[in-house]
Amino acid sequence: MRKIAIYGKGGIGKSTTTQNTVAGLASHLGKKVMVVGCDPKGDSTRLLLGGLSQRTVLDTLREEGEDVDLGDILKGGFSNTVCVESGGPEPGVGCAGRGIITSINLLEQLGAYDADKALDYVFYDVLGDVVCGGFAMPIREGKADEIYIVVSGEMMAMYAANNICKGIVKYADAGGVRLGGLICNSRQVDREQDLIQELARRLGTQMIHFLPRDNMVQRAEINRKTVIDYDGAQPMADEYRALASKIDGNEMFVIPKPLTIEDLEKLLIDFGIAN
Amino acid sequence: MTTKPKKTVDPSVLKEEMLRKYPPKVARKRSKQILVNELDEQGHSQEIMSNVRTIPGIITQRGCTYAGCKGVVLGPTRDIVNITHGPIGCGFYSWLTRRNQTLPPTPESENYMPYCFSTDMGEHDIVFGGEKKLRQAVQEAFDAMNPKAIGIFSTCPVGLIGDDVHAVARDMKEKLGINVFAFSCEGYKGVSQSAGHHIANNQLFKHVIGLDDTPTEGKFKINLLGEYNIGGDAFELEELFTRCGITLVSTFSGNSSYDQFAKSHSADLNCVMCHRSINYVAEMIEKKFGAPWIKVNFIGGEATAKSLRRIAQYFGDKELIERVEAVIAEELPKVKAAAEEVLPTTEGKLAMLFVGGSRAHHYQELFHEMGMKTIAAGYEFAHRDDYEGRHVLPSVKVDADSRNIEELEVEADPARYRARKTPEELKALEDAGVEFKNYPGMMMEMESKTLIIDDINHYESEALIEKYKPAVFCAGIKEKYVVQKLGVPLKQLHNYDVGGPYAGFGGAANFYREIARLVSSKVWTYMKAPWEENPELSATYVWE
Repeated sequence: MRKIAIYGKGGIGKSTTTQNTVAGLASHLGKKVMVVGCDPKGDSTRLLLGGLSQRTVLDTLREEGEDVDLGDILKGGFSNTVCVESGGPEPGVGCAGRGIITSINLLEQLGAYDADKALDYVFYDVLGDVVCGGFAMPIREGKADEIYIVVSGEMMAMYAANNICKGIVKYADAGGVRLGGLICNSRQVDREQDLIQELARRLGTQMIHFLPRDNMVQRAEINRKTVIDYDGAQPMADEYRALASKIDGNEMFVIPKPLTIEDLEKLLIDFGIAN
Repeated sequence: MTTKPKKTVDPSVLKEEMLRKYPPKVARKRSKQILVNELDEQGHSQEIMSNVRTIPGIITQRGCTYAGCKGVVLGPTRDIVNITHGPIGCGFYSWLTRRNQTLPPTPESENYMPYCFSTDMGEHDIVFGGEKKLRQAVQEAFDAMNPKAIGIFSTCPVGLIGDDVHAVARDMKEKLGINVFAFSCEGYKGVSQSAGHHIANNQLFKHVIGLDDTPTEGKFKINLLGEYNIGGDAFELEELFTRCGITLVSTFSGNSSYDQFAKSHSADLNCVMCHRSINYVAEMIEKKFGAPWIKVNFIGGEATAKSLRRIAQYFGDKELIERVEAVIAEELPKVKAAAEEVLPTTEGKLAMLFVGGSRAHHYQELFHEMGMKTIAAGYEFAHRDDYEGRHVLPSVKVDADSRNIEELEVEADPARYRARKTPEELKALEDAGVEFKNYPGMMMEMESKTLIIDDINHYESEALIEKYKPAVFCAGIKEKYVVQKLGVPLKQLHNYDVGGPYAGFGGAANFYREIARLVSSKVWTYMKAPWEENPELSATYVWE
């Protein structure tokens, strides 16, 4: 079982990319995949489930008390995927990070990862930047062992990616977590592909795939579906299948070398964005 | 156990020996917190480093900010429902551990001290926020107890997840029509419990003091600040004041009531016992309402007599002075006789005091009266002014940890400020020896070549005990059994173990007898197990 966490700046398209890629892994490669949404909003599995109807782990825990069953929190989605949302507090109250820790621990105790579940992949879709310990939970020991960072050619997205790499370095020694690559989710920035390829090279990793911008993704999303589910003949569906295959065949796992802020800025200047 | 040192100890050498075991950076810091007492030609003590962060890894005596606020200052209040907002341990372990006593006026009167109130936060309250539960707890407390006032105390997790306890207090105050106020006294806030005292002072001043302008009957009205009625100390003093004809408007906060706090601004003099924990209230009352404050000490027969005389002198009333003198004349000989009685067992013996922010100073009086010498002393959480005197206040560096605690801006109340004395009267009193707004500190009154140690740790305590073999060591529960295993009796001054009262005249006699009992007990000679006397195997430590 490979355990993968997807990180990236807020709004970069982590949930969309994760679900579309998982759809590829499941339907195209026939893999058994579980998606664990780690966003308090609980919207990381909407496209696989065809809607937001799912009860989160924390809601269930609160309502059912100690007597929680896996069946209460796991839900089957598109192409035999298993979906679970960790959930969390309303914006501005409580501690969402602690919530993630609680729900991942509960999943483990309930045996969601046990061999009899025959999972090929677990995907953690994590909220925005790694703001505190709770959000780093999936990269701590025994949770995720591969990280992919969704990034675009925009300054702040790259900045966040670099920060996440610092988080990975922190846990790489103790937990054995490795960076599998950058996924460029295009924002149609000039020379975006070159820029992200260079960023990946400097970080010591790879740009595993370049996802072009396609309104098809939006359209499928409005219909609560992944692109593959909505219209599998679309070119964008092929892109996600390609990404799924690359991840499935990926053998490049590294401890990244984060850039200094000066180097990061210089990179942007070298690629002409500053002009 | 021997109670006399084998040879004279040079405190400077001992200090060097203690520091030698530390890494250089730690040794540098500790060397500023360990002083061999010496006054300069002006009679000023040296500068001591205090109220700074404890070095990680050192077993400190200190408590947390929450302990200072909820446990020390508000804990002894009987008719405020004090709700701890947090996991259950904080509320439970700060509940009555200091043996604060209280006496409701009638058996039916409110007394919530036998209850421990807590929101008992669980994981879900941490994740989803605890405000709802807090609101519910306040409502429940109101429904069940119908109190005049409810206090809410924040523990560490509350600060981390950002529950707005003050907003809850405001809403519930409006909803219930009683006084509800909250304290942001998260345990991690300061370097010690001292930060919690300050927070408690601020909120009491903002939310309670001055709420009731009903005049208090009485000719000589005082407040007693920083007296927490441990083992019944406040009862002893209340009786003394009554006999002298002094009206006690309020005590902060031993045997206190909410109504007394609310009208404490009507007193004409504030008498400060524990300077560290309550001087902020004294200062703020003076600024806003005009009543001056003096430092008093009711620990020790002579000290009690002196403090009573100071109060009488302040009011300057002949009848009061005579009455005070009559009480002293009746009580002091009894105290002296009690001291005489224990002298043969106590005289010449050594005491060490490492406790609090005032007690390490006050109790030296008692030891002095029984012929014992305080060879080493220090505070857990005091600031430089408690060691060196308030004259150093302008030169005390305010570091980031202290800035974290709100400093209230207080101005004279336009309607209610009333100067109790004219500047001339104050001057005359000062000339006659009444010191206003002054605490000379502990070091001034300690002998030369005694050791002053701030925030002492277990390693240093053991070193002191080994060298000096004191007859008694005064500290708290965290030190008690470690010290006693070394064959030295430990008297807890945070809660008096099972004894007390030790304040006032009657209390002094109690203390003499307790200490005489401790220092003459033979039980300490049986501390060593047979195999420690005649070991079958022996070894040395690698550093020896």
